[in-house]
Amino acid sequence: MRKFTEMNGVVAPMDRANVDTDMIIPKQFLKSIKRTGFGKNLFDELRYLDEGKPDQSCEGRPINEDFVLNQARYAGSSVLLARQNFGCGSSREHAPWALEDFGFRVIIAPSFADIFFNNCFKNGLLPIVLDEAIVDRLFSDVAQTEGYSLGVDLIKQQVTTPNGDSFRFDVDTFRKHCLVNGLDDIGVTLEDASAIKSYEERRRKSAPWLFASSNA
Amino acid sequence: MATKTLYDKLWDAHLVKQRDDGSALIYIDRQLLHEVTSPQAFEGLRIAGRQPWRIDANLATPDHNVPTTDRSKGVQGIADPVSRIQVQTLDDNCDEFGIVEFKMADKRQGVVHVVGPEQGATLPGMTVVCGDSHTSTHGAFGALAHGIGTSEVEHVLATQTLIQKKMKNMLVRVNGKVSQGITGKDIILAIIGKIGTAGGTGYAIEFGGEAIQDLSMEGRMTVCNMAIEAGARAGMIAVDQTTIDYVKGRPFSPKGAMWDKAVEAWQDLKSDADAEFDKVVELNGLDIQPQVTWGTSPEMVLPVSAKVPNPAHEQDAVIKEGIERALQYMGLNADMPISDIQLDRVFIGSCTNSRIEDLRAAAKIVKGRTVAASLKQALVVPGSGLVKAQAEQEGLDRIFIEAGLEWREPGCSMCLAMNADKLGQGEHCASTSNRNFEGRQGFGGRTHLVSPAMAAAAAIAGHFVDVREFTV
Ligand code: SF4
Repeated sequence: MRKFTEMNGVVAPMDRANVDTDMIIPKQFLKSIKRTGFGKNLFDELRYLDEGKPDQSCEGRPINEDFVLNQARYAGSSVLLARQNFGCGSSREHAPWALEDFGFRVIIAPSFADIFFNNCFKNGLLPIVLDEAIVDRLFSDVAQTEGYSLGVDLIKQQVTTPNGDSFRFDVDTFRKHCLVNGLDDIGVTLEDASAIKSYEERRRKSAPWLFASSNA
Repeated sequence: MATKTLYDKLWDAHLVKQRDDGSALIYIDRQLLHEVTSPQAFEGLRIAGRQPWRIDANLATPDHNVPTTDRSKGVQGIADPVSRIQVQTLDDNCDEFGIVEFKMADKRQGVVHVVGPEQGATLPGMTVVCGDSHTSTHGAFGALAHGIGTSEVEHVLATQTLIQKKMKNMLVRVNGKVSQGITGKDIILAIIGKIGTAGGTGYAIEFGGEAIQDLSMEGRMTVCNMAIEAGARAGMIAVDQTTIDYVKGRPFSPKGAMWDKAVEAWQDLKSDADAEFDKVVELNGLDIQPQVTWGTSPEMVLPVSAKVPNPAHEQDAVIKEGIERALQYMGLNADMPISDIQLDRVFIGSCTNSRIEDLRAAAKIVKGRTVAASLKQALVVPGSGLVKAQAEQEGLDRIFIEAGLEWREPGCSMCLAMNADKLGQGEHCASTSNRNFEGRQGFGGRTHLVSPAMAAAAAIAGHFVDVREFTV
């Protein structure tokens, strides 16, 4: 998993409540054997005017010019500003996969759906809960300022606006530890790499047949 | 020193680190990979820029999606695009990471749980995992073996370990001999009938007793294969001479001086005489008759001579409703004799019963006879290319074909109907596989689990019969 300490990124506003995982990534894309490549179908039904199919190139598909992610001023955005209950619906991990693959690293909303919230951390995405009033203000700031960006410092647990206002946010200590160090389950286990290696060395001596390479 | 069960010994030997929260890091000696549960795991490795910890601990083969008919067009010849992509992806991933894979065209390809033991890739005393619940099969070798999820497949690839909590110990002892014609399949179905599909939840089950010791390795694998259907992620059987004779001389097995050392170490792979189990279940071998499942769960099983249960006789409301629902799905009437169930198809195959001994037992029954005219199809799908070759060398293929059964290429096939082999809606199938859930073998399909000999006899008769009447 990618480390997350601090970043500064262009903000894209997703001004609707209860955005569900089906909207984030429609179900026809779940048959994939991959967990990358979902970015091109992120918000597929909102982004394109036709019906998206798996394994189809998105080049040349009719674009919904009104949708935020299709507007030039939000190109390259990495912070998604959202409304309440973001990520509700099914538990599909494809939703954070798609957001992350598209380039988002932070999602700010007044509230998130539970499973989605958890899935974000497993995939290197930082979901930040801020007060409704602050989120409202950020929406209006974004609308007024082209190229509006926010600074996000996970160590200090702080979001900073271009004019220097900052807002503190909460995050679970263990999750913070994992994100800051880029650790997933595998990452945490690999902190014990030396224990695994020394176990392996002992076993190689006591039960060498378990390590013999095959002559198949 | 405290006495230990076989499971305790296997656990202790693989413990890398005990964590404060009660979980532990367990070292994994062997990981088997197939095409359905591995793609996202490899993808995860790639995204994180990780390499497999120990490439030679892995062995792969495609099985769930492969066609069992003509394979001359190779992977490109797989009709269903999703199946084709999964098989192709396994090939690509194994090539990229340098993992040994028996590809579709390789004569060693087959169902992972048949291939591992056949190659000696499953050895006594190992920890064996695979992204497949029937990995419990490998416990027949005195190994600790169980299924894992895709994220755990990635975890094992990357760290050679698994985060686990220790299970409880259960001993299932089958005392005395079984009567002639009773197989490992009948034994395990009888056990599940007794303890239920949740009876083993939270336990590692050790199977013991004279009837288990009398089984061949094939029979033992059948028993351990279905430990998961009794709710236990792992089933196991102590190592004895039968185990050692089976393992000897296989491609991945140790050789020469290393072999002698290994055999010496394997002598200890049994529970101490006075080891304590959290739970002990006993069965009498002679009580076990040929088993047939009548319902939609492996615990809905009865002797072939019995009648389908009547929900009216059931006091417990939950059980009663379960019987009613199963009867409805299965299209059966209460109190009808099991032997009256008319069959549409017969499937002999799957990781439960597709080894050479299974095929021999089935061939013995059908030899010189003909499949009932009422049957739409009777399939024999060997567990691996090597099983297929061996069977052909013994002339079993001719016996099947002459009797009117189809002889196929190795794979999971109609066990879960991910390839083209499936049941039609409402069709009854005598199947040697391990799951009779609703829709398992095809939408609306009705599965009856039996031993290979029972399936063969049913194919001839067109309905269930006591196989012991065929052998006299
Ligand atoms: S044969 Fe059936 S149970 Fe066994 S691995 Fe294949 S699909 Fe699973």
